[in-house]
Amino acid sequence: MATVVMTSLDAKSRAASRGMSDMKIRNLFIIPTILFLIVFNIFPLIYSLGYSFTDFRASTNVSANFVGLQNYRELLNDPFIWSNFAITAKYVIVSVSGQVVVGFGTAMLLNRDIPLKGLLTTLLLLPMMLSMAVVGLFWKLLYDPSFGIINYALGFGSFEWLSNPDMALYAVAITDIWMWSPFVMLLSLAGLSAVPKHLYEAAAIDRAGPFYTFFRITLPLVAPILMIAIIFRTMEAFKTFDIAYILTSQPTTEVISIRLYKMAFQEWQTGRSCALAYIVLIMVLAITNIYVKYLNKVKER
Amino acid sequence: MAAVRTRSERALNRLAIAAVLVITLIFLAPIYWITSTAFKPRNLATTIPPTIVFEPEISPFVKLFTKRSQMRGAPTPEEYAAAPWWERLVFDGGEKVVRSGRGDIQLSGYPNRFMNSLIVAISSTVLAVGMGTFTAYGFSRFKVKGEADLLFFILSTRMLPPVVVAIPMFLMYRAVGLNDTHWGLIILYTAFNLSFSVWLMKGFIDEIPKEYEEAALVDGYTRMEAFFKIVIPEAATGIAATAVFCFITAWNEYAFALIMTNRRAQTAPPFIPSQVGSGLPDWTVIAAGTFMFLLPVAIFTFLLRNHLLRGMSFGAIRK
Repeated sequence: MATVVMTSLDAKSRAASRGMSDMKIRNLFIIPTILFLIVFNIFPLIYSLGYSFTDFRASTNVSANFVGLQNYRELLNDPFIWSNFAITAKYVIVSVSGQVVVGFGTAMLLNRDIPLKGLLTTLLLLPMMLSMAVVGLFWKLLYDPSFGIINYALGFGSFEWLSNPDMALYAVAITDIWMWSPFVMLLSLAGLSAVPKHLYEAAAIDRAGPFYTFFRITLPLVAPILMIAIIFRTMEAFKTFDIAYILTSQPTTEVISIRLYKMAFQEWQTGRSCALAYIVLIMVLAITNIYVKYLNKVKER
Repeated sequence: MAAVRTRSERALNRLAIAAVLVITLIFLAPIYWITSTAFKPRNLATTIPPTIVFEPEISPFVKLFTKRSQMRGAPTPEEYAAAPWWERLVFDGGEKVVRSGRGDIQLSGYPNRFMNSLIVAISSTVLAVGMGTFTAYGFSRFKVKGEADLLFFILSTRMLPPVVVAIPMFLMYRAVGLNDTHWGLIILYTAFNLSFSVWLMKGFIDEIPKEYEEAALVDGYTRMEAFFKIVIPEAATGIAATAVFCFITAWNEYAFALIMTNRRAQTAPPFIPSQVGSGLPDWTVIAAGTFMFLLPVAIFTFLLRNHLLRGMSFGAIRK
């Protein structure tokens, strides 16, 4: 053990003997981070797993009673929870597909000889660097039915975006699309610029039409990176809280994170909310698995 | 590409340029609108048709920093505005009284929340990037058992919805008294950013040739000296890029700040929306607060433009 495991170079082992051994340094560098993450990520989850089997309420001093699987059973049989998941799914589909259309479309346009391309790309990145909460707040001003700039610019009169239950979810999605299309654009642009130019030249010689070129050359080659963008955005959209919570309080926009927040910090059903958190956790892990699989696939290329 | 080009192709290109310009304008319009609202007099903020041309004012910012219900004998916002800038720049723990030459000024909650945001974002960035750099070096240069699994574990800590983690964290924090403290948020954001920092820094350190340190070791440096004198300077741009990413994430975070703080350590993201309230909010003041809050991020985005792509994709794409 004490013999420092070192390779051929004599000088190296001499150097190591003066300082710390590589093994020690490695442990010193890695272990604190792992421990930190275990204490602040894994431990709380285990802690809440315990609570998920109780009727604990953090707002009272009454001690928790063990109720077994009751929380889970009730949650899985609660149609309201399922409607929260349905709203979340609808939101994910609308906002992610919107981002793909706008983001990929913009990338296609930018992937030409365009003056000031770098500057335009940078400017387009700005929305996604902002705080979702603050973005939600100022879009509230933009959406205002009586003095919002959106209604004025589109000539919609006093159209209700946020207080109309049918429209509110789309309004939230539009804001999300504004914020995150640039992300899809950025990745698409990287994918597009990696497509070998000679393929297009060959297609031009064969007199291939623009549709053929797009569907047979561009799309298949960009697809893997576009897939990463889609999975990434899907995961993020599934987690949505800030934007939806701040923009509107319609029941039709109550995504699962908002339901969870209300259950835990407004209704103080701590035990039950821990159980719901676990149900969400399992769903996220499922999405994550798909994500990692695709990420590895693309990396292998 | 440019060599053979028909007339129709050139027209198409011009069309694409026009479309890109329009899209960029649409994307920037909301940011322009909030910025311009921040400099409007209150009566012009909510007019229809919207006021495009107006004389910019700083009164929204004055109102943002001072309490609107003035104490007796304290200067009015106008007097405050007339005071020299150094007097106006004194932030003293928020909602407290600042002595200016012209009497006492009661500050609003905003300067305090802004300072809290700065304290929390900077501290957690330093911690996350510091630990992240060490750990990334460890993974990059030494054999680690189950390296892929450990790295995946590190990444996975970032995939949960914040609200899911927030419930047990809230209970834990309450038990140990970390609720509504700067340290509480700093630790949370460090944990949050650490995974990102390790992954990003590993990408940067992997690209520094091992030979540099090996040469240093041969020259009689210890591993630690080689790390600090060779690797850290080589990775400086990567460290800067990672730091700005971590800063922006911590700066913008909302859900944890909403749940874990209420007054003492509250940051700006939960504070600014809470000022809207019911009734007729003064949108110029809210816009001013928003503008102040967006400014550092806008500057960083511009400075960091060349590193954004790699950071946003966890190094999946190299450019």
